[in-house]
Amino acid sequence: MISNESCPIPLSDYPEVTMAHGGGGKLMHDLISRMMYRVFSNPILDAQHDGAVLRTDGRRIAFSTDSHVITPLFFPGGDIGYLSVYGTVNDLAMCGAKPEWLSASFILEEGLPMETLWRVVQSMGEAAERTGVSIVTGDTKVVERGKGDGIYINTAGVGIIPEGVDISPSRVREGDSVILSGDIGRHGIAIMAIREGIDFQTVIQSDLAPLDKIVSELLEVDLDIHCMRDLTRGGLASGLNEIASAGKVSINIRESLIPIRDDVLGACEILGFDPLYVANEGRFVVILPEKNAEKVVDILHKHENSRQATIIGHVAEASYADVIMESSIGAERIVDMMSGEQLPRIC
Amino acid sequence: MKYVSEYRDRSAAEEYAERIQQLASREWTIMEVCGGQTHSILKYGIDQLLSEKISLIHGPGCPVCVTPIELIDQAIEIAGIEDVILCSFGDMLRVPGSVKDLMGVRASGGDIRIVYSPIDAVKIAEQNPMKQIVFFGVGFETTAPVTAASIIQADHLNLDNFYMLVSHVLVPPAMQAVLSNPECRVQGFLAAGHVCSIMGYIEYESIVSEYNVPIVVTGFEPLDILEGIHMCLKQLEEGRAEVENQYTRSVKRNGNPEAIDMIREVFEVIDRKWRGIGAIPASGLGLREKYSKFDAAERFGVSGYTVEESGDCISGQVLTGEKKPDECTAFGGKCTPEHPLGALMVSSEGACAAYYRYRLTRSNR
Repeated sequence: MISNESCPIPLSDYPEVTMAHGGGGKLMHDLISRMMYRVFSNPILDAQHDGAVLRTDGRRIAFSTDSHVITPLFFPGGDIGYLSVYGTVNDLAMCGAKPEWLSASFILEEGLPMETLWRVVQSMGEAAERTGVSIVTGDTKVVERGKGDGIYINTAGVGIIPEGVDISPSRVREGDSVILSGDIGRHGIAIMAIREGIDFQTVIQSDLAPLDKIVSELLEVDLDIHCMRDLTRGGLASGLNEIASAGKVSINIRESLIPIRDDVLGACEILGFDPLYVANEGRFVVILPEKNAEKVVDILHKHENSRQATIIGHVAEASYADVIMESSIGAERIVDMMSGEQLPRIC
Repeated sequence: MKYVSEYRDRSAAEEYAERIQQLASREWTIMEVCGGQTHSILKYGIDQLLSEKISLIHGPGCPVCVTPIELIDQAIEIAGIEDVILCSFGDMLRVPGSVKDLMGVRASGGDIRIVYSPIDAVKIAEQNPMKQIVFFGVGFETTAPVTAASIIQADHLNLDNFYMLVSHVLVPPAMQAVLSNPECRVQGFLAAGHVCSIMGYIEYESIVSEYNVPIVVTGFEPLDILEGIHMCLKQLEEGRAEVENQYTRSVKRNGNPEAIDMIREVFEVIDRKWRGIGAIPASGLGLREKYSKFDAAERFGVSGYTVEESGDCISGQVLTGEKKPDECTAFGGKCTPEHPLGALMVSSEGACAAYYRYRLTRSNR
C-alpha cells in the first residue's frame, strides 16, 4: 500500500521544499525519481523523454505538460504567454511529434491588471498561430493577493509522431555526433539581468523560440535522428547528462566549440555562473550517426535561430563520467549535473 | 571576449606548461591561496598540464568556507525573527549551520534575500522602514570596502533599521597560520589577485623574509595561474624568496588607497575564529566603536555561541593544504553538495565543491 509508505525523502534530508528542488539540477531529479517516478512508475513515464509517447490505434502521439512561473512576466525577447506555448510545443517537437492541440490553465493573482492578462493572452494566441497549434481546452482560477506571482500558466499538449520517426535517449549510440543548435545561456541571463536590476550595457535578449518548424524539416529528410532535447532549466550540461544517463553512454564535448555570446559570457563571469548550466528557451541538441551530422548542421544554418549550429562532440562508450569536456586549454573536465540552482558568488 | 579569451588560449597554455616542465629540476609544492584559483585549476584542468614535479595544494581562501559555524547559526536565528529581512550573498544560503541552513529558513518562511552588494541591502532598509534589515557581511579584503561603504551610507542616511552581522577575514594572517603549522609542506604561494587589487602586496613583504617563501600575486584565468606558477617556480629554483606580481593588469604594490581608507574608517582588526582552522590572532575585521550601533549580533543578542562541528568533516585539513578533498572518507558519499557536512562542499570557492563538480567519477559516487 503506497499510502502507508513513509516519505521517500526523509525529514532529516530536506524537511521542506527549497527553491533548489525546482532548479533543474540533481536535487530536482532526486525529488522526481524518489517521489514521482516511484509512485507513478509505468513504462511510458520510465522512458524519461521530454514528453510521453503513447500508442493508440496503430498511431503514436506525444503528450507533454509544462508549468510556467516567471518573474518578470515580460522580458526582452518574449513574455510568459509566448513561453507557455513554445515550452510545450518544443517538448512535443523533441519527441519528434508535430504539435497539434494545447490546453491552457491560468492561476491568476487577485489584483493583476486586466491589461497585463490581455497582453499575455494575445501573446499566447500569436504563439499558437505561429506554431499551428490550437488551444482547445483550459481552466482559470484566481488566488488571493499575495498568494501568486501575477500569473502562473500551465499548458499541456498533444502532437502526432509521423510514421518511421523513433526518437529516444535509448537510441543514442557510440560514435553518434552531438549537434548544438546555437549559442547558449541567453534566456537565463536576460531574466537574471532584469530580475536583479543588473545593467550589462547591452540588453541581452532571451533566445525564446519555437522549434517545431526546424524539427519537422529535419524529420522530412531521412537522417536517422536518435535523440533530441531542448535545453531549458539546467542548461546544456543538464540536457547532456540526462541523455547520457538514460542512454547509458558517455558524451564527450569540446568547450572551444560551444558558441556563447560575449555579453552572456561577460555576465556569467560577473555573477560566477557557468554558462553550461544557464537556462535556454530556444536551443536544442540533436544526436545522430556521424555520417548525417553535416546535413543536419546545413539544415539548421538555413534558419535564423540556428545559424550558429555546430557539432560540439560525440557519444562514447560509457566511461568514468556521463559528460566529459575538453577544456579551452586542452585538459579534461567532468561536466556534472548541477546540484541545486546556481547562486551568485561573493567575489 | 576581451580580457577573458586571450587568457584561456590553448597554445599559450601549452607553451607555459612546457616552460614549467623544463624549469623544474625537483619536486615542489605550491599553494594557491584563493578558492577562485582552485576552481580555475580544476575547471580548466590546469593541473593536468603541469609537470609531475609540481604539486598544487589548495589554500584557505574561501570566505564562505571559513565563516565560523557559530556565525551561520547566529544568521539563522536572526533570519527567524519576525520583521527581519536578512540579506546575504547567494553563496551563504546553502552553508550548513549546526542544525540547518539559511535556505531551509527561507523555506520555512524567513525573509532572506540574495543581494549582489551590501548597498542593495541599504536600499532595502530605506524602502522598508518598518522592517529590520540585517546584512550578513562575509568576505575577505575584496568585499570589505563595499561592506564598509554600506555602513557609511547607512550612517549618512541616519538609518535605524540597518544592521550587519560581520564575518570579514584577512588573508595574510591565514597564510602565516599555514606557514606556522609544523606539518606545512608549502614552499611557495600564489597570492589571491583580487584581495591584492584592494590591499596591494606590501603586507607580504615581511612574510617572504620571515618564512623564506616566495609569494607571487596571481590572477584567476588559466594563463594567469600558469604564469604565476612559472614565476614562483623560477624563484624556488633560483633560491629566491620575494614578492612578485603576475596580476599587473589589476594589482599595484600599495593597492587601492581609497578602498583601504574606507575599510579603516569602519573596521578595526580583531582576532577571529576560522571554521575548520580555529582562532587566528588579528585575522578579522570588526566594526569600530563609532559604528557599533550597526552591529547585528549586539542588536539581536545572538553572540556567545559555541558549536561542535561534524567529526566526519576534514575541512580544516583541506583548508590548510594538509589533505585533498578526495582523501576524505565522506567525499562523494556521506558528503555531497545536496547533503554537505562542511561549507567547502557548497561554496562556489570551496575546494571540495571543485573536486566534486569537476573530478567526481562514476566510481567514487
